[in-house]
Amino acid sequence: MSALASRRPAAWLRPLLRHRLAKPLVFGLSLLPFCWLLYGAIFDQLGANPAEALVRATGDWTLRFLCLVLTVTPLRVISNTPALASFRRMLGLFVYFYVAMHLLSYSWFDMGFDVTEIGRDIAKRPFILVGFSAFVLLTALALTSFNRAIKTLGAKRWQRLHRLVYTVAGLALLHFFWMRAGKNDFAEVLVYALILGSLLGWRLVNFISKTRR
Amino acid sequence: MLIKTNRDGFCQPLASEITSQRVYEQRRTLVKLMASGVAGAALAAWASRAAHAQEASLTPRPGKQPALPSVKSSLAGAITMDKLTPYKDASSYNNFYEFGTDKADPARHAHTLKTTPWTVEIEGLVKKPAQYALEDLLKLSAQQERIYRLRCVEGWSMVIPWIGYSLSELIKKVEPLGSAKYVEFVTLADPKTMPGVGSRVLDWPYVEALRLDEAMHPLTLLSFGMYGERLPNQNGAPVRLVVPWKYGFKSGKSLVKIRFTDKQPSTAWNKAAANEYGFYSNVNPNVDHPRWSQATERRIGEDGLFAKKRKTLMFNGYEAQVGQLYAGMDLKKFF
Repeated sequence: MSALASRRPAAWLRPLLRHRLAKPLVFGLSLLPFCWLLYGAIFDQLGANPAEALVRATGDWTLRFLCLVLTVTPLRVISNTPALASFRRMLGLFVYFYVAMHLLSYSWFDMGFDVTEIGRDIAKRPFILVGFSAFVLLTALALTSFNRAIKTLGAKRWQRLHRLVYTVAGLALLHFFWMRAGKNDFAEVLVYALILGSLLGWRLVNFISKTRR
Repeated sequence: MLIKTNRDGFCQPLASEITSQRVYEQRRTLVKLMASGVAGAALAAWASRAAHAQEASLTPRPGKQPALPSVKSSLAGAITMDKLTPYKDASSYNNFYEFGTDKADPARHAHTLKTTPWTVEIEGLVKKPAQYALEDLLKLSAQQERIYRLRCVEGWSMVIPWIGYSLSELIKKVEPLGSAKYVEFVTLADPKTMPGVGSRVLDWPYVEALRLDEAMHPLTLLSFGMYGERLPNQNGAPVRLVVPWKYGFKSGKSLVKIRFTDKQPSTAWNKAAANEYGFYSNVNPNVDHPRWSQATERRIGEDGLFAKKRKTLMFNGYEAQVGQLYAGMDLKKFF
């Protein structure tokens, strides 16, 4: 009975999700942080160290969108709202958009686009290496995000490839943890770890209960 | 010739003889530049007299705190020619973990700090241990303005006009015993007024230390103000240390105790991560932090977002003054 009850709220949600403006709205909302940062950069509203502010903010938004995109499937299953699935790709590509901005800010403002310097930095600093690995994996996912890629790879293989997003979540968290280790301040890292941990935990529980059945 | 004309340059100088406005406006800078030892020694001696004659500091006051009158310091290396960091940046971008770990936290939370009454206790291996009230400490020696570069271990830097006097003035008054080898600086840790003290980020109170000869170096400043005024709370009011050739965290804020010891004290960041933060923590572009390079730095408030980072200087540019303190030491080992 309780399962049925939890399925009911989705009834009013479905037409909203299927509305033709639903996707443009989510797209617009997802772009808001970027617009706000762009405004801040142009009008000098990013504080005393705008370069650092941009590098940090784009990293923060990458993590937030990673949490969002990983919420889609649990929410879809729990609330029995298949329409949610149609937002997953867009949110996933926004993860990539923000991680690309993160890498761009770092390469530009921290490294002045000095490729050898960047290469040396990746090799030398584990925390940069971990972040860069996550970016490389996300690139593979972004490049295979369109329908033709799914067809070419076959649904099974495509899904296996895209499970790499769990690895990315782990790497991103480790990257953030190491960054904050400098400040000895793990409060925010813990929040993201709890969110990502419960999202991955839900999948594990779901997977186990499915295979048992 | 009786009739004077412009042609011979008598009534009016020829255009070529007029000192250009740009050069004229730089005259003070030139005098100071010579005084700081850029020119030859003989010239410097002459010029330093000129610099001495100088009136009170001319740094424009932001008007946020009570004024703290001072005269420009004539100490070698005490006045850098770098462009000053805007007061707004220097007072809003701070590391003062007692008020939170975000750089904006201190400016946001430090208004709760009570700086009157304030006493600084001098204890340990000294002939004359004492408790100094802030008012007495302020009058202990003439207040000087010194423009120092500040290099944070995180890779950014500022240029700040501090006001204070050499810590050595105070040290001489309390007469350290022969056994005193180190000076420990204990800062305030009041959980009632400092929200960050509740966190376990560091071992409170925040403790820093110097070798006695480092503490006695004239560049080591006991500071009460900046930009012509008393220190804002977020910058370490009412009294702090400024050691310009070391990473910023070595300069303790809101000091309550200065202790003379015979053993090297254990310091806050060294306790938190010994492999990352050494006791000396001298600015050194050749010794990287384990997690980032120290070869370059971003000067805060300089040319905005697209400015290239500048090269970090050995001992933050104070090598001529302090290099001999570390003669023969392996700075990679004693980082």
